[in-house]
Amino acid sequence: MPGVWTMKRTKPSALIIGGGIAGIQAALDIADAGFTAYLVEREPSVGGRMAQLDKTFPTLDCSSCILTPKMVDVGRHPNIELMTYSEVVSIEEAGMETCSTTTNSHTPIPSHSHTPIPSHSHTPIPSHSHTSFRVRVRKKPRYVDLDKCTGCGLCAEACRMKGRVVSHFDEGIAKRSAIYVPFPQAVPLKYTVDPEACLFLTRGKCGKTFLCKDACSAGAIDFEQQEEFVDLDVGAIIVATGFDLIDPRTKPEFGYGIYPEVMTGAEFERLSSASGPTMGKIVVGSGRGTLPNGGEVNGKEPKDVVFIKCVGSRDPHTGVPYCSRVCCMYTAKHAHLVRDKIPDARITVFYMDVRAFGKGYEEFYDRVRHEQVIYRRGEPAEIYRRGDKLVVLAEDTLLGKPIEVEADLVVLATAIVPRADVSEVAELLGLERSPDGFFQEAHPKLRPVDTRMDGVFLAGCCQGPKDIPDTVAQAKAAAASAMGVLAGVGSKE
Amino acid sequence: MALKTERIAEQLELFGCIQCGKCTGGCPVARKTVLNIRSMIYHMLVEPELDAVFFKAHQELWDCTCCFTCVERCPKDVRPADLIIELRGQMVESGRIPETIGAALMGVFRQGNPTGIAREDRAAWTNGVNGVNGCGRAKVKVKAAQEGCEVLYFVGCSPAYDPRVQVVTRALVRAFAAAGLDFGTLGTEESCCGNEVRRMGEVGLFEMLVEENGELFRGVGASRLVTTSPHCFNTFKNEYGLDGIEVLHYTQLVAELIEQGQLEFSAPPLPPPAAGGGGGGGGVEKMVTYHDPCFLGKQNHIFDEPRAILKAIPGVKLVEMDRSRERSLCCEGGGGRMWAEGTNLEERLAFQRVHEAAETGAEILAVACPFCLLTLEDAVKVQGLDDRLQVMDIMELVDLALTKHGLGELTDQIPG
Repeated sequence: MPGVWTMKRTKPSALIIGGGIAGIQAALDIADAGFTAYLVEREPSVGGRMAQLDKTFPTLDCSSCILTPKMVDVGRHPNIELMTYSEVVSIEEAGMETCSTTTNSHTPIPSHSHTPIPSHSHTPIPSHSHTSFRVRVRKKPRYVDLDKCTGCGLCAEACRMKGRVVSHFDEGIAKRSAIYVPFPQAVPLKYTVDPEACLFLTRGKCGKTFLCKDACSAGAIDFEQQEEFVDLDVGAIIVATGFDLIDPRTKPEFGYGIYPEVMTGAEFERLSSASGPTMGKIVVGSGRGTLPNGGEVNGKEPKDVVFIKCVGSRDPHTGVPYCSRVCCMYTAKHAHLVRDKIPDARITVFYMDVRAFGKGYEEFYDRVRHEQVIYRRGEPAEIYRRGDKLVVLAEDTLLGKPIEVEADLVVLATAIVPRADVSEVAELLGLERSPDGFFQEAHPKLRPVDTRMDGVFLAGCCQGPKDIPDTVAQAKAAAASAMGVLAGVGSKE
Repeated sequence: MALKTERIAEQLELFGCIQCGKCTGGCPVARKTVLNIRSMIYHMLVEPELDAVFFKAHQELWDCTCCFTCVERCPKDVRPADLIIELRGQMVESGRIPETIGAALMGVFRQGNPTGIAREDRAAWTNGVNGVNGCGRAKVKVKAAQEGCEVLYFVGCSPAYDPRVQVVTRALVRAFAAAGLDFGTLGTEESCCGNEVRRMGEVGLFEMLVEENGELFRGVGASRLVTTSPHCFNTFKNEYGLDGIEVLHYTQLVAELIEQGQLEFSAPPLPPPAAGGGGGGGGVEKMVTYHDPCFLGKQNHIFDEPRAILKAIPGVKLVEMDRSRERSLCCEGGGGRMWAEGTNLEERLAFQRVHEAAETGAEILAVACPFCLLTLEDAVKVQGLDDRLQVMDIMELVDLALTKHGLGELTDQIPG
């Protein structure tokens, strides 16, 4: 069935792909400057990875508390058109005369130039030569009318699949209904029918009557809804598509997927989060649902907690030669959270090196050690079971001898890797990728947010692993660069 | 004599080591002796030379079983075990080797096998091929590969000479015959594969074996080469450079024969045997656990085929040990350890392993390697588990399922 086609003609405007903290920040900066920002997000809500986090290092700010206001701003900013549950399907350079690559706006300032250069001289593109983009966005059917849905949640309560669908937002440690909002602070706070879980959408039948429709007094649920295509003309594009985490099964020695007590750092965030399935209580075998690896629900509080860093990272053997940059600090944060919530826990962090390079980071690492978190040098080799405990096998390289550390909970700091669909997105946008697989910036030092494609910029972890401050800084840089282009487009009109 | 370390560090690319300790942490032998390969690598990086005192002080270099857990797991693709092999080579060159290792190497040099038994007796195992339980099937003839065959069966030293392992060898050729496979062996011309010879540091002898065996293999013209032992399989596959010859471990070939329907287990079920531990039916009514051999599993990532065979045997209920597949515990039989006790005789990894197997409730600990068979069977006896747990090669179970004979009768044929 063909969808509905809409043409957007507002200019100057920018497209931001990805609604995590990078995309949110870039969209806000562009919109605040008076340009139009189209923010396209694949998931039903903006927020991305940062929305999943419990606290943030090193200040221990609650992640959603500092993120939610920005999400709300994005949702109601007059200059932002938020397109959630949507994907960019095609991009073409459109409408303009041929661009001369030798005189583009991103040419670095000649190094011999010491005098301030008038802004004109290093934005030499004549406005008529700039290329703009025609972008087609596919709005996936939510099967919920956004205008009618009040976000009350009665549909999810009524859903036959309630408590049976794995919540990706909760990293699989909790289950939800087939009609859902990913998390309570979602923007927009509108429900979405999961087409892979809904009985009606997968089997064509859901009992005698639709329980969700019956429950919805607003009449918002509409299984006739079709996908919709929207064409946008934009002058600049910011790519903020984020990252994936490596599958810890690529390191079979750690027994992830075999032992329910072995979890990833991302799962730990949801476990520790006050808005998570255990309401922040750290238990092994969450009482609110089955663990993703099929673990038993027993809700036991762990007393021996082991953290393993560099799981997959710095490991050319598994194809991830680089450092993931955030694991040292989030592991320190996790250790702190365990100490905070389980004061008598024995906490061990295994490390190869501790990289605490950011503002306030070394100080946070100092603080965590003073909280009696034991840092032992050595990359663990194996995990196995002994009775009701796990045993982490390692060499303590400072002692120079092999050791066994018992554990009730092991948290793996898994490597940040490019999105699974990175090659398709690269092709869609004509972007190059660096040897690590992430998108390639135009120059590693002097053009860190530009790409080889004029008018296309990078922000956040799609360019390489980085923490929230660096991501926000890069997003603001990308927004500024995009606005430079938009100003050119604007002046032409 | 002093050994310059820089050349070795360069040659083995040890400069990439970040001293993370994952090698020593996962080393099964490091848990029971002072062997510390991470520290050994560091020596190579910071000490200009190693003298005779060093080598005398580090007899634990002979403890390594070459399970290659360290090589598999090193994040920086350093090959720690290769350093041990290199240092052993230095010790071999200067004659500083344990007596039993010297005898094994001499045996290979003189008779083509580490036990030093006469080369003429290498095909003696064929005598029993039809005698054990050939019932109901055509006589098995073990053809000379030199006459031409599709599959060259490389028997290996233990499978040819060791009375316990010969049972496996005969079971394997019976299965080959039952599947109608065109196979042959090299008879008394076959020599040791050299896998352990190389790992004991005797590079010159290894190269000689590669040349001789390689020439024999190519002369036969078979497209496939199958081995009893994962050790022979490993060196043929990864170190011989046998271009154009597909090297297989028997578990791969037998799994393939089963999958293609060439090897079928008797159905409908046959009546239970008159006596012995065999269950009813034509199969093996037993709970079985499987021990992954290092040279098959960790080193060559063959985990599924052995399990596929076991699952195909009627009546077998396969249970897994906690440490299986990539986390399997070494039996301590590799890397020359069949001929050298190492520095800690009391605590054997095989002892620990058989207890792990017994904990699963399995009655049979299935193996797919002659060394594992010998070390684990010994451990079962020493640990007093023989009333609960029996160690059998996968082929013995296949053989059981292929005949109407029960367990009792076959075990009578197992010497010792």
